[in-house]
Amino acid sequence: MQSLSEIDTTTKRASKASGFSWGVAEEIGKAIRNLELFGLPGIKNLNLYLNKIEKNHPKKVNKIDKENKYKELCPIYCGVAFLDQCQKLEALKKIKFYNVNYPILILPFISKASEIIGKKILMQFNKSSFLINFNKSIFSKNLEKQVIASVDEINIEFLENKNSFSDQEWTELYKLSEKTFVEENDSLKTKGAGAGLTDND
Amino acid sequence: MNKPNIKFRDPNEIMKLSRLGSFHQSKLSFLRSFIREFKDWDYKRSLFDLDERGYGTAIYSFSKNARSYSLICFAQHINPDERSDRVIATKWDAAFVLHDGIPTKEDIKRLKENVPKQEVGRVSYKELTLSRANKSVRAFDHAVDSLSLGKQPDKKLLNKVGYLYRTTAVYGSGKFGLADRFRIKDRKEIYGPFRLEMMLVYLVRQFTFDQVNHIAKSKNPDKAIELDLNIARNLGIGNSTGLGMAPFIVNHPTLLHNWIYCREKALKEIRSLEEIDVNELNFFKDCLVKSKNSINSWTTDSKYQNNKINSLKSGLIKFDQFLENKCSVKQKYLWNKIYTWAENNLEDECLEYIVSMMMEPYDNIIDPLINSMSSEEEEYFTIPTHKKVFDLKKILENNYKSIIKIDFNTKDSNFNFWFISKNKEEPRVASRYEERGAELEQPLAIARDIKKLYEKIIKEKQTNTIADFLLKNDEIRHVVRRAFIVDRFPYSEIQDNTIGASLIPIDMLRLKLSFFGAVKFDPRSDKWLRINMYQGAPLSHEMKTSNDTWVYNVVN
Repeated sequence: MQSLSEIDTTTKRASKASGFSWGVAEEIGKAIRNLELFGLPGIKNLNLYLNKIEKNHPKKVNKIDKENKYKELCPIYCGVAFLDQCQKLEALKKIKFYNVNYPILILPFISKASEIIGKKILMQFNKSSFLINFNKSIFSKNLEKQVIASVDEINIEFLENKNSFSDQEWTELYKLSEKTFVEENDSLKTKGAGAGLTDND
Repeated sequence: MNKPNIKFRDPNEIMKLSRLGSFHQSKLSFLRSFIREFKDWDYKRSLFDLDERGYGTAIYSFSKNARSYSLICFAQHINPDERSDRVIATKWDAAFVLHDGIPTKEDIKRLKENVPKQEVGRVSYKELTLSRANKSVRAFDHAVDSLSLGKQPDKKLLNKVGYLYRTTAVYGSGKFGLADRFRIKDRKEIYGPFRLEMMLVYLVRQFTFDQVNHIAKSKNPDKAIELDLNIARNLGIGNSTGLGMAPFIVNHPTLLHNWIYCREKALKEIRSLEEIDVNELNFFKDCLVKSKNSINSWTTDSKYQNNKINSLKSGLIKFDQFLENKCSVKQKYLWNKIYTWAENNLEDECLEYIVSMMMEPYDNIIDPLINSMSSEEEEYFTIPTHKKVFDLKKILENNYKSIIKIDFNTKDSNFNFWFISKNKEEPRVASRYEERGAELEQPLAIARDIKKLYEKIIKEKQTNTIADFLLKNDEIRHVVRRAFIVDRFPYSEIQDNTIGASLIPIDMLRLKLSFFGAVKFDPRSDKWLRINMYQGAPLSHEMKTSNDTWVYNVVN
């Protein structure tokens, strides 16, 4: 089994060899390491993508807007630009990328962005969806294939920080927790917290 | 006397390679903090299955409560023409792995098939560090011959070498399938950096004594005697170290900062002491006197190193006179007086020696710093792209003062390039004007790339964000990251040109080795050197009662 350190180093070197700058290659190393840590097929997808761009290095991404239409979009340049601009992009709430190659590779950059801005992010393409939790975990649904060479459209949504449960569910739980508390009688009220008899001094 | 205004030393001076290459072991060093941390652990030799020639398997362990660490040693026969300390070697007299826990029979079988192969073998997440070593044939054979005849070996010969074996690499942190650091980093006993590497080397030292005794006994069962404990204690483990360490300190900027920062913080706190107890001063003097044994037995053929040793010796003569005639505990802020005098009167080699020695009396200052010497580089990896170009410009001007003045249009400034060799995957440095391969240069020309960044930054609209800047300038992204790191960690960057014609790479190695606690730096060229570790250290059965000044127990 390869260690995460080996994955990081080898990925970085392979990415540099494929024409990315050292700084971007460093980002890719950390990104693929994280994907593998989350149990997602980072090495598999990166290998295929680096093969694809061997003779024709992808175009860099300019500023990211609400809708980003390119003939072909590099998941790495796209991911790095998203990460760099994430604090501005949050205001857009929803972002679309079109014609993205190997979309799984964009995930770790979005994941890091989720940590930076402190919000969960939902990413969807085809029938698959990914709930990205502050770079602590990625919850994936309907990811049918380990390798997806390209998708027509990726939707990204910044999720507001809100509860995943109703007020009623919370109240119910809170009531149960109250059973660990002691009902105070008059004596406990005056002595329990060690307070004086008056604060008018 | 008014309280002096004592500040941290300026990174622009301390982080010069000539200064970093003058650092010495100290109370902060990892060999010493390893022994302090593990002295109350239970040591055990649980297997010693060597044949009469000393080949086979041995296992040593440290245990406490439910935790155990086991060193598994594999010793084998190699021909003299196969013995090489260089990284190109493929066979070694012995290979070692530190296993997490007690190894099963299956583990030992698996490791036996892989560990002797080193880089071409594979280990697992259950292993923590990996190493190999060769005998110092003249010392080892002499020891075996003498002991087998019932005589102790010639101390003079052994002292000259200083060890029976020397390691040629010690690997950790995920190399060749070893456990990633994240798996074990929360264990309190290994908070200090390189602690498991230090454990491996310590246990290897014990193996070398056991092996030499075993072979002598097998050779002549009736007459053989065991190596005298005083002689053994005076032996360490040698190490041949090459360029692999140099990129490490560039690639781990916050770790480098934490090492230097702790040293500087210790110095600042000691200089700030108003009153000094006579016992503290005497302790310092005692360590200084004893340490001269080690300096006097420090030999090398390197002219570069001999000049430094001579500078140290002559500096210490001047210092002794100053200490004797001008210093008294009645003086307030005596340490500050001592340091200030040393700074004004001594060269780097001796000045940094005195700095190390000043730490000796102060467990209360040093101990709390030890656990701050590790770092999680990844926590500082993300570039704060919301910041503005003017922020970055200010950082560059404050933190790279001398670097942004270097003229990189000259041949000398661009002379070298760092690369990874294909056959051994090890770092190398060569002249870009004489050798091929510069197009595959590693990102270790930090000074040059910082200068390039600065030249772009001053032309950029200052209110742009770093995110905007990076959209057009991703080829220097790696140094943008570094600049924001140095802003928070001022000792994280070497303030020199690591590709200049005057580069002496062993200065980078010495910096790291001094923090390990290595002594007797012996450069064999400007790119590799030999050192000694654990010379004078307590033997395994003596650890529990040892004191921290063992490093000064070396006798000539």
